[in-house]
Amino acid sequence: MNTGIKKIPRVLTYLVLCFWALTTIYPFIWVLLNSFRKKGLILSDSFSLPLGDSFTWDNYITAWQRADFKNAYLNSFLISGTVTVFVVIIAGLAAYGLVRYRFRGRDFLYSLIMAGMMFPVFSTIIPVFRLEVMLGIAGTGRRWLSLLAVILPQIAGNLCFAIIILMGFIQSVPIDLEESAYLDGCNVFQIYFYIIIPAAKSSFATVAIFAFLWSYNDLFTQSFFLRYPQERAITGLLNEISSQAGVNYGLMASSVVLVLIPVLIVYICLQKHIIKGLTAGAVKG
Amino acid sequence: MNSMIYKNKKPLLVFLIPAFAFLIVFLYYPFFQNVVNTFLKIGGLGRASQGLNTPWYENYQRLFTDPNMRTALKNTLLLTLCTIVFQVGIALILALLVDTIRVGAQFFRTVYFFPIVISATALGLMFNLIFLYKGGMVNQLLLSLGRLPSEVKPSGKVLVQWLDWKDQAHFLFTMFMPVMWQYVGFYFVILVTGLNNISPDLFEAAALDGADGWKRTRYITLPLLRNVLCTCLVLAITGALKVFDLPWVMFGAGMPENRGWLTGTYMYDQTFNRMNVDYGSTIAVLIVVLGVVLSNIANRVFRPSDDL
Repeated sequence: MNTGIKKIPRVLTYLVLCFWALTTIYPFIWVLLNSFRKKGLILSDSFSLPLGDSFTWDNYITAWQRADFKNAYLNSFLISGTVTVFVVIIAGLAAYGLVRYRFRGRDFLYSLIMAGMMFPVFSTIIPVFRLEVMLGIAGTGRRWLSLLAVILPQIAGNLCFAIIILMGFIQSVPIDLEESAYLDGCNVFQIYFYIIIPAAKSSFATVAIFAFLWSYNDLFTQSFFLRYPQERAITGLLNEISSQAGVNYGLMASSVVLVLIPVLIVYICLQKHIIKGLTAGAVKG
Repeated sequence: MNSMIYKNKKPLLVFLIPAFAFLIVFLYYPFFQNVVNTFLKIGGLGRASQGLNTPWYENYQRLFTDPNMRTALKNTLLLTLCTIVFQVGIALILALLVDTIRVGAQFFRTVYFFPIVISATALGLMFNLIFLYKGGMVNQLLLSLGRLPSEVKPSGKVLVQWLDWKDQAHFLFTMFMPVMWQYVGFYFVILVTGLNNISPDLFEAAALDGADGWKRTRYITLPLLRNVLCTCLVLAITGALKVFDLPWVMFGAGMPENRGWLTGTYMYDQTFNRMNVDYGSTIAVLIVVLGVVLSNIANRVFRPSDDL
């Protein structure tokens, strides 16, 4: 599509675009290369390929031995998986209700959700922490309770964004489908599960991906609630390694790679959904 | 949408109660409680308050007299400004350029968006390696380009004067650059979608009237993008005020010499490391108030009237 800037030569366009692409890809390649480089060589020569003498697996072996990655992966997947499932279910129900029903106070609820997007996690975390201590969930030192303590506020933190994105999509589902299902004898819940969810599948996927990634990457909430070694989730673990590694830069590089791998897999498999789903919701909002 | 199906309002409760129960308990109530906390004396995270502060608005008074707070505010506002100019600016240029090409557009979208899905902790560590004092990526690059003064000692050792990217002269750049770089792709994707929504008929009409190239961008594309740009602006402002993890991983508590505070990092430090829970809450309230005020101003100034 021609939206302007026609005069600029094609070559220059690609040059600029490739330059920015280089800034987003190269740092990761640099870290990956250096995670395989022998100790000490990073500081003198970090640009060449680590081949032959300078190649080593040591950084990964040290990282795996020194920190409990297995346990941290498990914790992270438990937390983020649970958050994702609950956010999708709860937000889907609420978005459907808000889009299809006309009732008093609907606009008020909608603006409450918009306002909820404004609260930074800083402003709610302390009262949530105190509430959870009172309820006996947080600060007990018991692993499963501590994980729950992270899960609950993360669900709430993701809900507003999820509801707004899903509302945009459900609005675009033609209501005729629901009406014919109703005439065939379906009740509202059957309509929701058999018509709405399949029709808005891609937006549910978007919401699920974002809920997962945000929860996985959220250092702030994790560092508030997960204080003991066996509770540590992956982002917190990385933060700890970085403060202990000192000048062992190879160890830092390999830890970064280990943390990135799951994210990379999710992103590459699902990138079409991520970008399509996000923009459709964001621009409408 | 007054379909028969939705006349019976009873199922609505099932749809709405789970979500709003969660929001009330873990979002709205805590926010309200946070505002109350700013007036109380609280000595530790899990501890009960010891009554009202004297005077009750002590924390708000402190906001205005605390020199670190002033630094944090100054840095954060500067960051917000840089975010608007560079982040949204670069994203706009990239979006306009991608819109003119066919081959590879999908590739650029995927690549530009990638940094957003990565945790700030990993990115912070990565940038620490890149900006490392002795032999980091940037310094090695500068050295190989001959931009760092170095001398060869008689013993044969090379002595290099490395550039400290985290010293007082450079820390703002080192702190802001990764934050801005990470989110360019986010605004890029939003803007590209906005561009795709512009009807091609308009450009044909403009071409008939003899407008092309820069003129077309200036008089058709940009005005029509205004709404989307405004959305980006609000997102950029609220985003910049909340920035926490990248600077925290890279700089920790206020480095260098208490000049590197941001509102986010200062709030965390006060609450978590210094146990000034009530003062931390006050800073959080300030962040929300600033976010609402600034994004309202942005909306007033830039939001177009509906007739466009």
